[in-house]
Amino acid sequence: MKPRHKRLVFIVLGVAGIGVAAALVLNAFRSNLVFFFSPSEVMANEAPVGRSFRIGGLVEEGSVQRQPDGITVHFRVTDNVETIPVVYSGILPDLFREGQGVVAQGKLGEDGVFHAEEVLAKHDETYMPPEVAEALEKAKQRSGADSATGGDLP
Amino acid sequence: MSTTGINWFKYSSPATFYPLAGRMIPWFAGLAAVATVAGLYLGFFVAPPDYQQGDAYRIMFIHVPAAWMSMFIYVVMAGYAALGLIFNTRLSAMMASALAPTGALFTFLALWTGALWGKPMWGTWWVWDARLTSELILLFLYIGYMSLEAAIDDPRRASRASGLLAIVGVVNVPIIYYSVEWWNTLHQGASISFDKAPTMADSMLAALLVMTFACWMYAIAVVLARVRCIILERERHSEWVLEVLEEERR
Repeated sequence: MKPRHKRLVFIVLGVAGIGVAAALVLNAFRSNLVFFFSPSEVMANEAPVGRSFRIGGLVEEGSVQRQPDGITVHFRVTDNVETIPVVYSGILPDLFREGQGVVAQGKLGEDGVFHAEEVLAKHDETYMPPEVAEALEKAKQRSGADSATGGDLP
Repeated sequence: MSTTGINWFKYSSPATFYPLAGRMIPWFAGLAAVATVAGLYLGFFVAPPDYQQGDAYRIMFIHVPAAWMSMFIYVVMAGYAALGLIFNTRLSAMMASALAPTGALFTFLALWTGALWGKPMWGTWWVWDARLTSELILLFLYIGYMSLEAAIDDPRRASRASGLLAIVGVVNVPIIYYSVEWWNTLHQGASISFDKAPTMADSMLAALLVMTFACWMYAIAVVLARVRCIILERERHSEWVLEVLEEERR
């Protein structure tokens, strides 16, 4: 083996070894790398109890209720399986709307209501002109209510 | 040793590559300028507003190319560093060190435009989710690479040490790319990927691809210009550099 072959083998093995190590480390820290928990995971008691965490999901259609004080808002976060009620006092991001993705940080109260300290909007990777979105919406309505629970992606 | 008829080792000699790079720079720079103007025009005037984000999404025409370039340049840089370590070719190490500042620039651009996009849309400048954090680590890797290389006086030892760092850091690139699939992140998934159709309107896609091409051309032009400086600096004691300088003085 020429020296340069040795170096090639050394580098390839080194990168492979580091890759495996990184994979193992990331796998071990899997639960710490999760940015938010879905309502299903919260219901399955996978979320931390008694300390702050984030939940993520869609704002359920028709669930947003603004209180008379102007800044408190009640809504429900759903992953189309489980639903968690959320209460939040503060300024909501522009993209916050029913049917849109949302990530809220806060604590789950004894009453099962999630008390959010921060609400962030999460958008998906779909970009289209408003006319196309309207056309898709109309087509969806025409095709009937059988798939009306989707609301995530067209 | 070559059967293709092209002697690649000829072009790995700094003395041959220096004038070649000089001839290529104007072409790449010109293409970069044309594509930037075309891409910005498509992005600002042809592409329609988004149904959710209105006009704010248009920052993606620089954000996404910058993020792609930041990852791709890192892989190329690590590749050159590996070539340099394996074959002991001087030019490979010089190319690696010429790529680093441009890669760092694109990483910074991706992070900065991402923050500017995140504030109005998500409601925050920054979150510690897997995508954003791993991209920040990429910036630190670039900075670490450049610092390590600058910290060692002997250029050959410097490029060996920093080359090793570049190669180790390459594991971060797939982590950035797949972070949005492996973990829950605030950052959305990829709109354009290898295994499915793009999830954006055609005119938006066109603007994005033209801007990406512009970033490519810019990166190549700037890196070639930088590597020419590095070649002159590191080869300053050799005959051919003196001849080149003599010729340019005339």
